[in-house]
Amino acid sequence: MTSPLLSMRGIGKRFPGVIALDNVSLDIGAGEVVALCGENGAGKSTMMKILGGVYQPDAGELFMDGTAVKINNVTDSMKLRVAFIHQELNVLDNLDVAANVFLGREPKNSLGLIDFKKIHAETEPLLKRLGLDVSSKTPLEKLSIAQKQMVEIAKALSLNSRIIIMDEPTSSLTLQETDRLLELVLELKKSGVSVVYISHRLSEVEHIADRVVVLRDGKNAGELPKADICHDKIVSLMVGREIKSSYTASTAAKMPGYFKVRNARSSRYPARTVEFDATRGEILGFAGLVGAGRSEIVKAIVGLDNGGSAEVTIGDKKISINKPADAIGHGIYLVPEDRRGEGLVTAMTVRENTTLPSLDKYSTFNLISKERERKVTDEQIKSLKIKTPSGEALVLNLSGGNQQKVVLGKWLSMSPKVMILDEPTRGIDVGAKAEIYRLMRELADGGGVILMISSDMEEVLNVSDRVAVMHEGKITGVLERADCNEENVMNLAVGKTISAAKSAVNN
Amino acid sequence: MKKEIGISVLLFVLCAVTSIMNPKFLSPVNLVNTANLIGLYGVFSLGLGLVIITGGIDLSVGSMCALTGVILAMGLTEWHWSWPFATLVVLGISGLLGLTHGFLITRAKLQPFIVTLCGLLMYRGIARYIAHDSTKGFSGAEGIEPLRHFVSGKIFGLPAPFAILIVLSVIMWFVLHRSIYGRYLLAVGRNEQAARFSGINTQLVTASAYTIAGLLTGISGIMIAFYTNSVGPSNHGNFYELYGIAAAVLGGCSLRGGEGSVVGIIIGTALLLVLQNLVNLLGIDSSLNFAVMGAVVLFGVLADQLFKNRSAKKIAAPAK
Repeated sequence: MTSPLLSMRGIGKRFPGVIALDNVSLDIGAGEVVALCGENGAGKSTMMKILGGVYQPDAGELFMDGTAVKINNVTDSMKLRVAFIHQELNVLDNLDVAANVFLGREPKNSLGLIDFKKIHAETEPLLKRLGLDVSSKTPLEKLSIAQKQMVEIAKALSLNSRIIIMDEPTSSLTLQETDRLLELVLELKKSGVSVVYISHRLSEVEHIADRVVVLRDGKNAGELPKADICHDKIVSLMVGREIKSSYTASTAAKMPGYFKVRNARSSRYPARTVEFDATRGEILGFAGLVGAGRSEIVKAIVGLDNGGSAEVTIGDKKISINKPADAIGHGIYLVPEDRRGEGLVTAMTVRENTTLPSLDKYSTFNLISKERERKVTDEQIKSLKIKTPSGEALVLNLSGGNQQKVVLGKWLSMSPKVMILDEPTRGIDVGAKAEIYRLMRELADGGGVILMISSDMEEVLNVSDRVAVMHEGKITGVLERADCNEENVMNLAVGKTISAAKSAVNN
Repeated sequence: MKKEIGISVLLFVLCAVTSIMNPKFLSPVNLVNTANLIGLYGVFSLGLGLVIITGGIDLSVGSMCALTGVILAMGLTEWHWSWPFATLVVLGISGLLGLTHGFLITRAKLQPFIVTLCGLLMYRGIARYIAHDSTKGFSGAEGIEPLRHFVSGKIFGLPAPFAILIVLSVIMWFVLHRSIYGRYLLAVGRNEQAARFSGINTQLVTASAYTIAGLLTGISGIMIAFYTNSVGPSNHGNFYELYGIAAAVLGGCSLRGGEGSVVGIIIGTALLLVLQNLVNLLGIDSSLNFAVMGAVVLFGVLADQLFKNRSAKKIAAPAK
């Protein structure tokens, strides 16, 4: 093999508490489409952020055209003619197409002002080449997401990029737009541009990739040449990580169908509905790839999604939930994914956060009794072992794990019937993780229904009694404990139907 | 609490310096007059402070004073309303305007600055139109003595506006620092999302803050109208919103929301008015009035920020 255009050798990167990349290598040939696959957290994005200059590697070397290069920042990466199209597009809605394409490197005319003639004259042919039927003077806010993405690609081309990285480019595109993008990738390839394509959608990968590189747990898991690329082979490389089993079966008496959800619809996937039954005394895991719509569905269930809706039954009672207070009134609580943004008022004390949703329990004639607040806060601090100087400490001074315990304490003090936890241990250290799992199990054993959304495969497999797997806004299947393994979860998560999967609804 | 202590010390030092340099500061006439003014300005500053705690702003205070003042004066003299009716109308209008602000901000999702800026322009214009741009007084009004006495006489030997301010402050102190509603206000101002996730009706909380601010502006509007005894629609209440904002900020309210106290707002108001008094008593050119006020507010928030940065570093240091 001739020497590749770009070669990343033995890349290592660690973040506090995690090794994101461990000795990962990746070659990209000229005019080659390389698909980068792997589970959530396998290290795909970190690898590409190193190439894009967003992160600096702790170990390893990069070679471009056979010569060693260093990428210290985004500008270095641009100089090497690498373009990065992020999942969240980096365009300015208030500027027109040409201004976006030339942002940060505007040519000047003799007066020292922006040479508008030049930028429009240079942008128009790029738009034509991409088949984008808009003028270079169109403001970006008038464009669809797919068109904005094309503008980013136009920018990459105007920079003469040799490598274009696309991170989940089709996650918010329609089917037709996706087809158009895939065609475009093949056209780019023909003109000699290399593309690194990160996607969870394996059918797209099958369609366009010349080679698939699979990462697992921050390591190279294997490669597939063009001839071998198929759905099953990719999945079998993605799974197979070593998972320490620490599942403890619950002792609680089960009541299947205690919590029923029907016709749940989120504003993210308005055309799809979700139905499921949860058992009293169980932890029902919700697995799926990022963007499967899991968080959105639970927000719709608890009345936090104004465009969403759901029919909910607890026991035999149908309840109506129109706003968050309704869900809370029925003992359905959400521990949100974004702890600091949505779960806590971090500039308030542990006490104030603990009692925020239940202040009327600690007040007489609407006046709050700090004494009673303190009592319940101290109880929670003690039973959850929250490490804080006192209930009067500001939450922002606590560690992530202890902050999460404050969120849990807030709801535990209100005897939950259904507790929904969205990524409950993200960014939390191992010790606190184990404690949170123990709390969840205790709550289930005490007769609660626990729904746990998690993108961490190990967590899903070790904590859940059953696992519901979602793919693009729908539940593709539910796995009983005996069938819970990585391969089954992965297959359902990429939208495949498998025989082990059960229906999410009992009757 | 630290903030209130800091600003109290500043107020005390200012009073001490002024009284040393001009003993007239402590004369009963001057003290009564200053207390009176603190009462007049303090009531609307309380409302403004509440709005600022939600992370919003109310620029319409001065114009609302003009509008309510004109309606009060014309109602009592030209339209022959009884004083209880006139009072109800004025409070009704101001409360309703506040509610409208709140509605536009929470439901129509307009920015507080814009909504209340439009209020500032509109209410001023309407006041001038109703009054045909002429100054309105209370001469000729019959049977209004009870109201006049209540808002501009003495209560327990204190100037009425000051006494009213004390009563309202006590109520607002319980509302903000002891009631469920007050806790919700602080939570919504700090992190509206988290408040919403905790089941709080954040829109209602925010809208009600604007309504209370409107009502308090109406109350001070009545007191101010009787204090000046004549209402010139084109300049009555000019810049009052800025006094209120300055007082609230000086008293520890953050324009980012979620921070502030009743005691702070009152001391902030007192500080501003003592400062004005000082300019008069020390024979400083009165045209420098605003300049002095601006400098003190700037100094106050700057000192606070420096203090904050330092304590933030202190917290961050051992973590490393």
